[in-house]
Amino acid sequence: MDYLAISQFAATWGLVLLCGGFAAALIYALWPGNKDKFSRAAQAPLDDGDDDGR
Amino acid sequence: MNAEIGGRKAWGGDALAIFVIILLGAFYALWGAAHATDRAFAIQMWTALAAFVAGGVMLLFFIGAGPRADDSGKYANGVIKAGVIASMFWGVAGFLVGVIIAAQLAFPNILYFEDLGWTNFGRLRPLHTSAVIFAFGGNVLIATSFYVVQRTCRARLAGGLWPWFVFWGYQLVIVMAGTGYLLGITQGREYAELPWYTDIWLTIVWVAYLLVFLATIWRREEKHIYVANWFYLAFIVTIAMLHIVNNLAIPVSFASWFSYSAFAGVQDALTQWWYGHNAVGFFLTAGFLGLMYYFIPKQAERPVYSYRLSIIHFWALIFLYIWAGPHHLHYTALPQWAQTLGFTFSIILWMPSWGGMINGLMTLSGAWDKLRTDPVLRMMVVAVAFYGMSTFEGPVMSIRAVNSLSHYTDWTIGHVHSGALGWVGYISFGALYCLVPWLWKRKALFSNALVEWHFWLSTIGIVLYITSMWVAGVMQGLMWRAYNELGFLEYAFVESVEAMNPYYIIRALGGVLFLLGALVMAYNLWRTARGDAPAHERETDRPAQAAPVAAE
Repeated sequence: MDYLAISQFAATWGLVLLCGGFAAALIYALWPGNKDKFSRAAQAPLDDGDDDGR
Repeated sequence: MNAEIGGRKAWGGDALAIFVIILLGAFYALWGAAHATDRAFAIQMWTALAAFVAGGVMLLFFIGAGPRADDSGKYANGVIKAGVIASMFWGVAGFLVGVIIAAQLAFPNILYFEDLGWTNFGRLRPLHTSAVIFAFGGNVLIATSFYVVQRTCRARLAGGLWPWFVFWGYQLVIVMAGTGYLLGITQGREYAELPWYTDIWLTIVWVAYLLVFLATIWRREEKHIYVANWFYLAFIVTIAMLHIVNNLAIPVSFASWFSYSAFAGVQDALTQWWYGHNAVGFFLTAGFLGLMYYFIPKQAERPVYSYRLSIIHFWALIFLYIWAGPHHLHYTALPQWAQTLGFTFSIILWMPSWGGMINGLMTLSGAWDKLRTDPVLRMMVVAVAFYGMSTFEGPVMSIRAVNSLSHYTDWTIGHVHSGALGWVGYISFGALYCLVPWLWKRKALFSNALVEWHFWLSTIGIVLYITSMWVAGVMQGLMWRAYNELGFLEYAFVESVEAMNPYYIIRALGGVLFLLGALVMAYNLWRTARGDAPAHERETDRPAQAAPVAAE
C-alpha cells in the first residue's frame, strides 16, 4: 500500500469507522436500558467498604 | 499453575518463569559488560547484572521460605504498599532534581561544574522529567491500579508473583534510565530517552503488567467493569503501543547503547510527538483519571456525579487524543494539513476534558462542606480544577497563531507544570494520603494539620511557578519577534536570556516550596504507617496532675 492509498482509506472508511465507533459508545452510554446498571456501577467504590479479613 | 499442598500453595510456574527471565537478563548483562564498546555501556551492564543478581537472591529467599499460605480470599496489599513507598521516594527525588536544575538556570555561573559532566543541565533535565513522570507517576499509577482493580472487581490480584515482577522490574527500568542519563546515554527522544535495551526490558515489564491487570479483570465477581478500570486499561494498552512504535530502532551493536531510529526526518518528528503528546494523554491524563474516578467518590462518600458522562468522557478521550500530537510541530516541515488536524482535535478535546472536570467536581454535590474539614479531599478537588485549567490552556496554545508566540518559550514549561504539579501531583498526593491509612489499617492520618501545611506550601509553590513562567514565556516570545524600524531584530537572543533571570529565581523558589510540601507529606505518611496516633489521641495527652492517677 502506498501513501495515497492509505490516506484515501483514512479519509473515507477510517473516518466512517471512527465516527461509527464513537456513535456506538454514545448510544451505549445514553441507552435508557443501561440506566440501572450504571447507577449500580456508580456505587462501586462506595460499597467495597472494609477489607478487613480480605 | 500452583499445585495445592494441604491448603497451601507450592511455588509454581510464575516463580520458574521469572527465574528464567532473571537468568537470561543476568547472562546478557554479563556478556554486555564483557564486550562493551564504551565505558558508559559497561557501567549500565554491571548495574543491570547487580540488579538481576539481587532479584534472583530475593526470589530464592521467597521460595526458600516454603509453601505459601493460601491467600486467595484476601486482597494482595504488599505490592501496593511497596508501590506507595516507591512513589513517595521517587517523588521526592524527582522534585529535588527539579529544584536543582531550576537553580542551575537561575544561577548558571555558580552551579556549572566543568569537570563534572554528569551535573550538567543536559544530563539532569531528562533525569528530572523521567523521575517525576515515569518514576513517581508510574509508581503511583501501578500501585493505585492494583488497588482499584482488586476492590472494584472484588477479586485478588492475579498472577501470583507476577505483580512483584512488575514492581521490581519497573524499579530497574527507573534505575537504568536515571544512571544512564547521568552517564550521557540518551536516544535524544523527548520523554523516551531510554536506550534500546532498557526499552526492551520496559516492554517485557509492561506486557506482564497488562496481563496481570487483564487477568484480574477476567476473574472479577462484579459483572460490570467500573469506569476507573477502563481508564487504567486504556493507559496500559496505549502506552504499550506508543512505546513500541516510537522506539523502533536498530542498535549499532548488541554491546553498545547507541541505536538508530527506524524513522527519519519529518516522519521521525511526527512519530516522536505522536508518542510525546499521547504520553501526556494516556499516561498523565487517562491513568490519573482512573485515580479521580475512584478516590474522589471514595473520599467524598458520594457516587460519581454522572456515570454516563464518565463513559462519554472516556470514549471521547480515546477517540480524540490520539490525533492531537501534530500541534507540537507547528511551523515545521510537517505538512500544513497535519498541523491543522492536530490543533483542530486539540480544540475539540477541550469538551470531553471539561466534561470530565465537571463530573469530578460535581461528585462533591451534597458533600461540599467536606472541603473545609478534609484537606485530602480538598487536594484532589484542586487537582481536578488544575486539570480543567491546563486542558483549557493546552487547546489555546495549540492554535497556530498562539503557538507562534508560545512555542519554544517558558510558557510551555509553565503549562506543563500546571498540569504536572497541579493535576498529576495533587491527585497522586490525595490518593497516597488515602492509601496509607487504608493499607496499613490505621484509623486516620497521623496529622491533618501537616496535610494543610503540605497543601498550602505546594499551592503557593505552584502559583509562583506558573505565574513566573507565564510572564517569562510571553516576554520571551515578544522579545524574539520584536523588530526595529529598520526591519532588524530588536533583541539578541542572549538579551532575552538575561531578561529571564528574575523569573527563573521565582520559579526555583516555587519549586523549593513544592519540594518542602512533599517532604512534609513523606514525614506524615511515615508516621501514619508506623501507627503513631495524632497528638490529641495519645495516652500522654492529658494534664500533668492527672498522670499519676493514670499510672496506678
